[in-house]
Amino acid sequence: MKNLMKNPLFVPLICLGLVLLFNLITNAGFFEISIKRNNVGNWILAGNLISVFNNASELVILAIGMTLITSASGGQDISVGACVAIAGGVILKILASKTGAPVVVAVSLGCLVAMAFGAFNGILVSIFNIQPMVATLILFTAGRPISSWITGGLSPRITNSVLDAVGNVIPGVPVPTPIFIAAFCVAFIFLTLRFTNLGLYAQAVGISDKAARLVGLSPRLVKFIQFVVMGLCVGLVAFIKVSRVGSIQYNYIAKDIEMDAILAVALGGNSLSGGRFSMTGSIIGAYTIQAITTTLLANSVPSDALSAYKAVVIIILVVIQSPVVKDFWRKRRKNDPAQSSPSPSLNGSPSAPTGPQTAKPEANLGADLGSGLASSLGTGPGASLATSQGGA
Amino acid sequence: MKFKLVFLLAALVAFGLVGTSPTMAQDLIKIGLINADPNESGYRKANVESMTSALSKENGFDVSVAYSERKVENQIAAAQQFINEGVKYLVISPEVSTGWDSVAQSAKEAGVKVIAFDRVIEMPDDVLVASTVSDMRAEGDKAVKWLEDKKLPVYNIIHIQGQMGTDAQVKRSAALTEAAKAKGWNLVAQQTASWSEEDAKQVVQAVIDAKKEFNVIYAENDNMAAGAVAALDANGITHGKTGEVIIIGFDANQWALKEVLAGNWNLDVECNPLHGPLVAQIIKDLEAGKKVDKVRYIEEQAFDTDTITQAVVDGRTYGFEN
Repeated sequence: MKNLMKNPLFVPLICLGLVLLFNLITNAGFFEISIKRNNVGNWILAGNLISVFNNASELVILAIGMTLITSASGGQDISVGACVAIAGGVILKILASKTGAPVVVAVSLGCLVAMAFGAFNGILVSIFNIQPMVATLILFTAGRPISSWITGGLSPRITNSVLDAVGNVIPGVPVPTPIFIAAFCVAFIFLTLRFTNLGLYAQAVGISDKAARLVGLSPRLVKFIQFVVMGLCVGLVAFIKVSRVGSIQYNYIAKDIEMDAILAVALGGNSLSGGRFSMTGSIIGAYTIQAITTTLLANSVPSDALSAYKAVVIIILVVIQSPVVKDFWRKRRKNDPAQSSPSPSLNGSPSAPTGPQTAKPEANLGADLGSGLASSLGTGPGASLATSQGGA
Repeated sequence: MKFKLVFLLAALVAFGLVGTSPTMAQDLIKIGLINADPNESGYRKANVESMTSALSKENGFDVSVAYSERKVENQIAAAQQFINEGVKYLVISPEVSTGWDSVAQSAKEAGVKVIAFDRVIEMPDDVLVASTVSDMRAEGDKAVKWLEDKKLPVYNIIHIQGQMGTDAQVKRSAALTEAAKAKGWNLVAQQTASWSEEDAKQVVQAVIDAKKEFNVIYAENDNMAAGAVAALDANGITHGKTGEVIIIGFDANQWALKEVLAGNWNLDVECNPLHGPLVAQIIKDLEAGKKVDKVRYIEEQAFDTDTITQAVVDGRTYGFEN
């Protein structure tokens, strides 16, 4: 139980659980899933849960990029919505042109353009050392006008079997395709984090530029790469967006999605000032945000009040995660004899063979940082041991 | 000093925007035309073309044109510049309706008359001689009247609202909510989709997931109607002339009228951007010494599956598919 609660994913999961629990109590029909035929004759699954997973796809993909940028640069990219408009404009323009270019070409070019704009942000942040939020403010402002310039201010509408398969369902597969795209991206990023040093480097640079340079990393390159990766995420999201309705409106597409992506990172229990991150947390955060939106829609919240309701829910979830509340629970646990009594026999007792080994690092930490800090870092008996040794 | 600098900047901006004004001609009526950004939307593009073609030299006007580049400050600077150049009329579609006091003052001193088109502007009556606007309320009422005439056995309506607080949303919503109250129509859902297709798709999907019965979708613009239809298509619900659900959209873009012509939608109410001829007529009337109405509503139609023709679709000058 204690290990579970110490897990960094515990609180994000609790947040998602709370939203789902609310639905379970107020409206059990929320979890119903049915299968039906759409107007083209393909089977499709439908239900609120499917809607949550389906509509969260874009946010999940952007949360991946946002987590990496946050970790490495200690700041956020607020231009993603505008860049989605640009990439969407490119994809739409190519598909609407009379060249007959296949979807693959359009999407590849869209991704390349998005990565180029990501690289632009990356250069401003990594080489010119501009605060990420300030650097990306440029495209945040200019992105949608650029998109309008690409499409000539028009919103052409495309009917195309490939787009239909991507935005809705592949014939014969009843699960909406965006869910698969998001799942693929999640799998890809986890494999990348597992088998490459991308995540490790990002964290190292995020924790300390200087230290990272001393061990031979190039903080510039690491930060730059994260922005290019975000560009790729943006390109994919633009593709999904274009596919959903066969068109985009450059001034409304992915509106305010950057804020939701940042929120997903925060709800995932990540520090927005960079360093260590939990990708799983961010992804759970993204699904939580969509679950909130779908819940509000399912409960027909009045339009004027929609944002206010969402804000209230988010305040609650963010406060649950705040250090003050976490501290409160930790202290309660410490004072609770039922929770802390089994621990001394594991950690503190000299007779247990593992005792000295586990206690020692904490003791060193205590000596380094001072006993007060150590007692707040450590828990239960380990901390008290540290205090006594550090003071000696 | 600071004021001077601001003025200098304003003059510079205006100069940059105005470009070269045509040489003065004796009998042409000198006009300063200030529009919003032509790239704002297909609607605005059509509006810009309508204005410039109606207020042409051939029609007896000498026009200087300025665009907002999305900033009302640019428009105000351009207005001051035009007044200094000695135009007789200022024709404005403001980015923001308020904050025009200084322009009104200068116009009054110089004896310049102001005509607002497409959007309302706040100016005293002695300066603002006329406004031409779309009657958003009348548009909503047209849709409601059409719906009433359908005499459906039961009215279960999904009401998809535009960006909350905009003129079009407030008035188009008011038309439906008042009618629903008076006639006992059931609003199954009343949600904003902020003019966005995808949001509208989500709203309708949520209603379908909740297993609520509905037979009408009233979407306050064409894009949201398209999003709603995408949700119906994804769930195997038929719509349009022969379908289970009636689709109503607003704005009458060309692509949307095609949907009506094809029978996929039932009704599309026009929001007419072609203010040019009306404004030209008002100026001619003023020059002839006639009295003009303070507010002129531009003529707008509604097209349903019975009244739409290929000619109507082809005659559209805005909202193209490609």
